[in-house]
Amino acid sequence: MSHGQNFSRRDFIKISSIFLAGSTALSAGAAQAFSGAGSSVGDEGSKVVYSFCEHCFWRCGIAAHVRDGKVYKITGSDHHPLSQGKLCPRGTGGTGLLYDPDRLAYPLIRETKGGKQFYRKASWDEAITLVAEKLYGIKEQYGPGALAMLHHGYGVSFFKNMFSQIGVNKYAKPSYDLCCGPARQATVLTYGYPSDTPEGFDMKNSKYMVFFGTHFGENMHNTAVQEISEGIRNGAKIVVFDPRFSTLAGKAQHWLPIKPATDIAMMQGLMHVLISENLYDKAFVEAHTVGFGELWDSVKDMTPEKVSAITDIPADAIRTVAREYAFHAPAAFVHSGRRTNWYGDALQRIRAIHILNALVGNFKMPGGVVAFQKFPLVQPPPTHEHPAYEKEVHSKYPFFPDDEPSNTIASHEIVQQAISGEVKGLLIYGVNLPETMTLGRDKAIEAMKKAEFVVAVDVLPSEVTGYADVVLPECTYLERYDDLDNGRAFRTPFVALRQPAVPPMYDSKPGNQIAKMITEKWGIHGAFPPSVEKGLDKKLRLVGSSLAEIKKKGVLVMPETDLYRKPGEPLNLKTPSGKVELASARLKAGGFDAVPKYTAHPEPPTGFYRMLTGRKPMLTFGRTANNRFLGDLATAKENEVWVNNHIAEKHSLENGEYVHLKNQDGVVSEFPVKVKVTQRIRTDAVYMVHGFGHTSAKLTWAHKRGASHNQLISRTEIDPAMGAVGFQNNFVTFIKEA
Amino acid sequence: MVIDTRVCVGCSACVYACKQENNVPEGYCRDWVVQESGGEYPKLTMENRSERCQHCENAPCVTYCPTRASHYAEDGTVQINRSLCTGCKACMAACPYDARYVHPEGYVDKCSLCKHRIEQGLETACVSICPTGSLNLVDFNNMDEKTKELLKGKIVYRQKEHAGTEPSLQWISASNKPGA
Ligand code: SF4
Ligand code: SF4
Ligand code: SF4
Repeated sequence: MSHGQNFSRRDFIKISSIFLAGSTALSAGAAQAFSGAGSSVGDEGSKVVYSFCEHCFWRCGIAAHVRDGKVYKITGSDHHPLSQGKLCPRGTGGTGLLYDPDRLAYPLIRETKGGKQFYRKASWDEAITLVAEKLYGIKEQYGPGALAMLHHGYGVSFFKNMFSQIGVNKYAKPSYDLCCGPARQATVLTYGYPSDTPEGFDMKNSKYMVFFGTHFGENMHNTAVQEISEGIRNGAKIVVFDPRFSTLAGKAQHWLPIKPATDIAMMQGLMHVLISENLYDKAFVEAHTVGFGELWDSVKDMTPEKVSAITDIPADAIRTVAREYAFHAPAAFVHSGRRTNWYGDALQRIRAIHILNALVGNFKMPGGVVAFQKFPLVQPPPTHEHPAYEKEVHSKYPFFPDDEPSNTIASHEIVQQAISGEVKGLLIYGVNLPETMTLGRDKAIEAMKKAEFVVAVDVLPSEVTGYADVVLPECTYLERYDDLDNGRAFRTPFVALRQPAVPPMYDSKPGNQIAKMITEKWGIHGAFPPSVEKGLDKKLRLVGSSLAEIKKKGVLVMPETDLYRKPGEPLNLKTPSGKVELASARLKAGGFDAVPKYTAHPEPPTGFYRMLTGRKPMLTFGRTANNRFLGDLATAKENEVWVNNHIAEKHSLENGEYVHLKNQDGVVSEFPVKVKVTQRIRTDAVYMVHGFGHTSAKLTWAHKRGASHNQLISRTEIDPAMGAVGFQNNFVTFIKEA
Repeated sequence: MVIDTRVCVGCSACVYACKQENNVPEGYCRDWVVQESGGEYPKLTMENRSERCQHCENAPCVTYCPTRASHYAEDGTVQINRSLCTGCKACMAACPYDARYVHPEGYVDKCSLCKHRIEQGLETACVSICPTGSLNLVDFNNMDEKTKELLKGKIVYRQKEHAGTEPSLQWISASNKPGA
């Protein structure tokens, strides 16, 4: 395919502000919508609507307080097991999204006139007709494998149902490749079941919690933070391996500023001490695991002294942590973390964490590793036969999951396939692709420009919407029903309802209607229930409840399950051996290391520093970037680049000055970023929060705030076993303002 | 209030909850979060705290308020009568904790200890949202067992005690050893 010719076919379009919610003409309409809704509830004063949050994947239960048709406050639902009346800051911030003046207000269609591309306002029928025709045409001409969906957010189920009607199942969620994927698959390979959210650790009952570079407290995963706090109040000790003195490190008895990219060496060193000093749980290892001999062979040489030279942590500290960990076991664990896919070896890294857990026999023990259960929802039989999926659309990575219908391929494979021309049509649901760490910004843009047809379903005019042929404005999670949520496993299994607190504003629509309209345009009827409410009610009746019942508290909760194993109880794991696999038979058969082994990663060139990332507690990257309510605090307004005080001195950087960053491939940050000079980071790394530096001028709040971490990723490492994306082999230096 | 800084993560949920509950205008807040770190690399320390009006028993803002807008309520909290407040800022100069701001509508505003909620038997907005349980509403004249247990054997301090304000916020120090 000729590069140049196709490259300019789709230019980025700045959406004209007259199509957005904030324009004067629209504000009047909005006010009308408000008062219309207001008159129906205003008389009764304020009411509480129970639903669940969409500001991160944790999906806590919320109570939306509505007065005069307006949501004026969001608090934690007392009924929902994941919130228990509490919320993280982002959870309170739904009002900032709902009343964002920049919201997409109308469907938009790309037009070309006189060589100039622009969007024009369209009716829903016109936009849906065009989308239906284009998607169907691509499927007819090239086959279902030429269509793909990138998605993020809980409303996607309707679009999956839609696509499945025409045999398309090429779906990817970038968050899986960046965050939870390796943890899920490492758990499958080691214990025979997939890990979940909340992660299976009995935190509140633990006495010793070890974390490797995961940032609870800055990652505000509500229930996890609640349980860690309870653990601290109960006297638990915390150990944090992190190149940065994170908030969690601030609570640790041992903060070990490990050299970045050497975690696996440290884990091997800890295994070495546990085994060589006979601190491991011999009875558990003998009865319930396989591969101990192979494991020992692989860590025999990883003495604390050798590991110290690799990781920059004193050998004595390694011994101390291993001994204390064994002392407190089984009420001790090493946490598998979140969003720690950094160097293309995340699967093995999390396997190493699981092995550290298995060695101390904490499986299904109080304070150790546990398996939370999900609410057993019954799926109604499909009302409609749909065509068989094309098998060849599955991921090429051997340990990518084959049992997740919403996630059949890695997101970077879709990006690559769009670039190569294999994928012609893209539906992008809630993913701001240019700012998502899947192969970096340039590849994302190239993919969208090369695809024949791109439709974006979104709430805000984020960068991705500028590359679409059609933009469909979805209403926010506070204005719609979505599918029931039984996807979270916890102590008390539950199913939760998302229900509208207020009707959709402007000309936005819920995803459930959008997907249904497209499907019906294809002439396929009966694929969706007559109304979303009827569909939810039907599912709930299969478990003896009803929509009317669940609407009251937003959730159905089962009694607490027994998480702990009894003495002598067989584990019956679904691994090839039926046991915990210290050495993985499946990995070996696939040609990979059966036990995790440290390999060295690239080092920063002189004058450059490894770019580490994380988040602020009140923000979830793109989801909250334009949220004025959450952005109001001084600490939320921009990101900073954290620079060690010695490095700042070397580059003559002052605290608070603004610099541009340049990476190893010469990419210079579009916007300057504020320098934070601190002792809280090693001298070989810098740190900046992801999700800032937005280039879309229509995100009037987020535009030009801070610098984009994503822009500076020009190198990625793909995990050869399961396809996760590592992005931390990028290095930056500083360009001082002239 | 007893504020347990051992668990506070500085997330600011308490700030946002207060802003929504009390309609605090954009750009202002009644409570705020401090993250303080000290020590020398690699032996660093950190304390996170959610701060607000200390509802002092000997409150200089009340003493220096010329119009009696700032006053002690029956329950002992320090409150502001908006209709009497002229926005003269004498109280702001007097407060050692920087707890007050001038509302765009001209009066001085600060934490009311969610008086309207307490009267309904509810906890304050900040206490009820806090995911770590750092914020504890306590009646110091009538301390329950749970609070006694929480404070037992811990390093607990009050801020700027030398100012003689008798503040009614107490802080469990982050420097407490685990299990202290
Ligand atoms: S952790 Fe926060 S953002 Fe995530 S679902 Fe819960 S309240 Fe929402
Ligand atoms: S909500 Fe709680 S944990 Fe978060 S900053 Fe406030 S006091 Fe600290
Ligand atoms: S007690 Fe109420 S007014 Fe005071 S800081 Fe907390 S939420 Fe705000």
